[in-house]
Amino acid sequence: MNAASVKNLSIAIVCIVLAALIPFVFNGYWLSIALTAMMYIALSTSWALFSGPTHYISLASGAFFGIGGYLVATGMSDYNLSFWLMMAIAAVVATVLAALIGMATLRLSGVYFVIFTLGLAEMIRNLVSWVQNNFLGSRGLYVLTDFTEAHIYWMLLTVSVIVFALGWVISQSRLGFAMRIIGNDETVARHVGINTAKAKVLLFMTTGFFAAIVGAIIAPRYSYIEPNLVFSPELSFLVVIMALLGGMHRLWGPLLGVIPFTLIWEAISIWLPNFTTLFLGLTFLIIVYFLPNGVVGLLEKLRARVAT
Amino acid sequence: MDILISGLLLGGTYVLIAMGLNLQYGVARIMNLANGEMIVLGALASFWVFTTASVSPIFTVVLIFPVALLGNWLVYRYLLIPLVRRAKNQGQLEVDSILATFGMSFILVGIVVSINGEYFTYSFLASPFEVLGSTVALNRLVAFVFAVVIALVLYLWLNRSRAGMAVRAVSVNSASARLVGINVEKVSALAFAIGGAVTAVAGVLISTFITLDASVGVMFTMKALIIVIMGGVGDIRGAIIAALILGLVETAVATLIDPGLTLAAAYLIFLLVLLFRPQGLFGKPQT
Amino acid sequence: MIKARMIKTNPTFSVRKLVRQLGSAVLIAGLAFTAQAADTIKIGAVAPKTGPLAGGATVTQWPNVQLWVEEVNARGGLKLKDGQRMIELIEYDDKTNPGEHIKAVQRLATQDKVDFIIAPYGTGFNVAAAPIYAKYGYPQIAVSAITDKMDELTARYPGLFFTLGTTTSFVNGVKDILVDMRESGKIGNKVAMVNVADAFGIELAEAARPIFTDAGFELVYDNSYPLGTPDLSPIIKGAKDAAPDAFVAWSYPPDTFGLTEQAIIEDLDVGAYYTAVATCFPAFAGKFGSKIDGVLGAGGVNPDTDKMKDYFAKHKEITGKDADGWASANTYVSMQILEQAIEGVGEVDREKVTQYIKDNAFDTIMGEISFENQVSNKFWTVGQWQDGVYRGVASSNMEGAAEIKQKSGWN
Repeated sequence: MNAASVKNLSIAIVCIVLAALIPFVFNGYWLSIALTAMMYIALSTSWALFSGPTHYISLASGAFFGIGGYLVATGMSDYNLSFWLMMAIAAVVATVLAALIGMATLRLSGVYFVIFTLGLAEMIRNLVSWVQNNFLGSRGLYVLTDFTEAHIYWMLLTVSVIVFALGWVISQSRLGFAMRIIGNDETVARHVGINTAKAKVLLFMTTGFFAAIVGAIIAPRYSYIEPNLVFSPELSFLVVIMALLGGMHRLWGPLLGVIPFTLIWEAISIWLPNFTTLFLGLTFLIIVYFLPNGVVGLLEKLRARVAT
Repeated sequence: MDILISGLLLGGTYVLIAMGLNLQYGVARIMNLANGEMIVLGALASFWVFTTASVSPIFTVVLIFPVALLGNWLVYRYLLIPLVRRAKNQGQLEVDSILATFGMSFILVGIVVSINGEYFTYSFLASPFEVLGSTVALNRLVAFVFAVVIALVLYLWLNRSRAGMAVRAVSVNSASARLVGINVEKVSALAFAIGGAVTAVAGVLISTFITLDASVGVMFTMKALIIVIMGGVGDIRGAIIAALILGLVETAVATLIDPGLTLAAAYLIFLLVLLFRPQGLFGKPQT
Repeated sequence: MIKARMIKTNPTFSVRKLVRQLGSAVLIAGLAFTAQAADTIKIGAVAPKTGPLAGGATVTQWPNVQLWVEEVNARGGLKLKDGQRMIELIEYDDKTNPGEHIKAVQRLATQDKVDFIIAPYGTGFNVAAAPIYAKYGYPQIAVSAITDKMDELTARYPGLFFTLGTTTSFVNGVKDILVDMRESGKIGNKVAMVNVADAFGIELAEAARPIFTDAGFELVYDNSYPLGTPDLSPIIKGAKDAAPDAFVAWSYPPDTFGLTEQAIIEDLDVGAYYTAVATCFPAFAGKFGSKIDGVLGAGGVNPDTDKMKDYFAKHKEITGKDADGWASANTYVSMQILEQAIEGVGEVDREKVTQYIKDNAFDTIMGEISFENQVSNKFWTVGQWQDGVYRGVASSNMEGAAEIKQKSGWN
């Protein structure tokens, strides 16, 4: 291990420890913001593990997230199963589903892939509602646990740390190398003997796995699960937007998108409660026009300027 | 027979929803996520003039077309051209246009909410009408007729006029179009503006039989995206056929199987089409 | 300044108004820090202004918040032991998103440090927010929350009160009416039932199946449809083909309008026609006029009492729009209860106010309301449009139910 990676590792550990201490310092409001941010950090970063190197934009996060939340709610509400068991089941279901989607979409590229994932997520949302209506039909799905916001926050932090660790491991591995070549030119990748299909499907499964775990963890916070709310297409879009805002060609890019995004979002909600949506929209435009390469792009530009 | 007629009428509604986006995405390469909000704006305008001044939605269609045309042209000219110019490649433009139009959709929702946060609902031509022994709502029939007319006019314009030819050229390959002396930016702006205007007109017509509110736009956007992609980017015939297929499938499933599965079935058809034709029904295979 | 914080949500169409609102919002944002006067009582409100539930909240929730705050302030504020205090309202948009909602309530509790919070809009949001209300000891007088889990929830959250009834009571209200009509020979026993495939509709349909069958009704058509179905004609056609005597739809606002429009077009001629949420909205009558005479809907009101007449008039005067024929009044009542409890205690002590709500009866526009195990058993379950007025026809312990009219065609 060289000096640079020791330094990076220590920075990472300090960040993790600081993040883990947040519930002791802040309670209530700031914790709930940190929790929201942590949820999107886990979602956006795991999303970017796949979409960053491949440039395939997936709008299926909402579907995987929904599977997590919905299965936990159904299991706990209708069958009295434990939270942890349902979380595990949800993760397996989502991963298998992601594998199927990954294999089915190998021939799709560009915008066709984007909208395919959107259509798929919507189909799942409608199917789940239908199954709920015709076969499960519970009197509402309640997830009543004794978890506090701090517990949920720590669980999300753990997931985020694992995502980052995994992202780092992948970047050092053959798989990461393969992904970078695929991102640059898929044909070249195939010619040099990379099994592009396997690499893509594996990473897509990772994304599905983590999104489902996050959905499962969030379920106790919502307490009452409605299929139409957990399978939210809005969530899929927000995950993409935050990752793009941060910048996708660095592992920590999405992180730098999520944090300012959450804070701006919050500030606008407070200052302009009647015009939140309007001003959020304006903020998006400002970001697009003045931060073309995301926060990472901005930082790199600044660093380059300092260096010269 | 009921299924066929109701399905075609619903398909007509979908044609209205998707035709504008097809032009915007197919020619101007803007994946417009604010498409649904344009529909909501059209609906709001129609509701407003109907309830305050009893203006017939048919007349509103005539009113809104030029307004929306100008509005969308301005949006393209001043908000989107900078993105087009700065994009190094198609992927970059796609990402930027997703972000920008997502922002615009928020802005439009915000504006509509502050004007009217309630449901826009009124009755116009809500009377039964017999078509080949099947009862249909007159307002849906009127919307269908408009869909047919708009589709025909657009098709003829694209295929028979000089301007239309330029639009198609840009849609096929903007770089070559530039080489033969077509002003790509101007043509794209025109396509974007016409697309937006058609969408606003769709909103007016749809508001006569569907109850909308400020936040419902995203549902139309998703439907439109599905239809455009299923039909194949940049081909107006594709969008029309895809829209009609979805309308027929949804109605058939609702009548014969279970109304609870209509939307799921529509998405399933979409997914199947893409699995077997990754470039959509009428799209050209990608290189 | 206090007045300016009460942001209006009138749906009047005017660009000038929009600009003015924007201006005042920016102004408020700037002045908010200086305006924290010590002699006010801070009340928070979180509900959707955007998103799928916004259309309903704009009719039922927000206008009543505005009405109540303006009324209380017009009479000089809430009377406490140490003098009167004006209400300072702090409102947030939850964007129909539970995560956003929880965050906003946290903010009200820990940053704005509000003294009381007006309960959320929607079942899911009331349940999602209950843990935070409980954590900070806010009484939560839930209105737009219909559930059969009330016992478990109230046992878990000691400050949570329910006022609008249970899922089962709503179904029973409809069943009782259908049974009455059957016994008087107005309808047969064939029922067509549809529901929106969303938590609300699924719960009601699920509760209704055994209740209807046990009452001897035959469900000749029983289907769901997804939220946001653009064309409901196949459903009405299907129901019509089953030749029912009664049609029951556990529906949400956009489809309540859509189903009824299709029913008129298809001439679905049934003796009893019921749609759930939004049937009582003024916009429903605005859209269909006299054609909906005899239509049954969820919830009701007795519009003939002096108190309700006053309430309707004031609602119109202050908010510029009509109240709906159901939960508008309940929402207003929940604030009356809060108001009387605060004044009864005479100080800003949430624990005492919560206890006061449990121990006392309240004089409201819907008559006297009290809680038993944190649940009020006085509410309307079914109403009917009769000659242009929406009247309650079935209730739990409410007086003044109107006679049921048989539906005869769509004229």
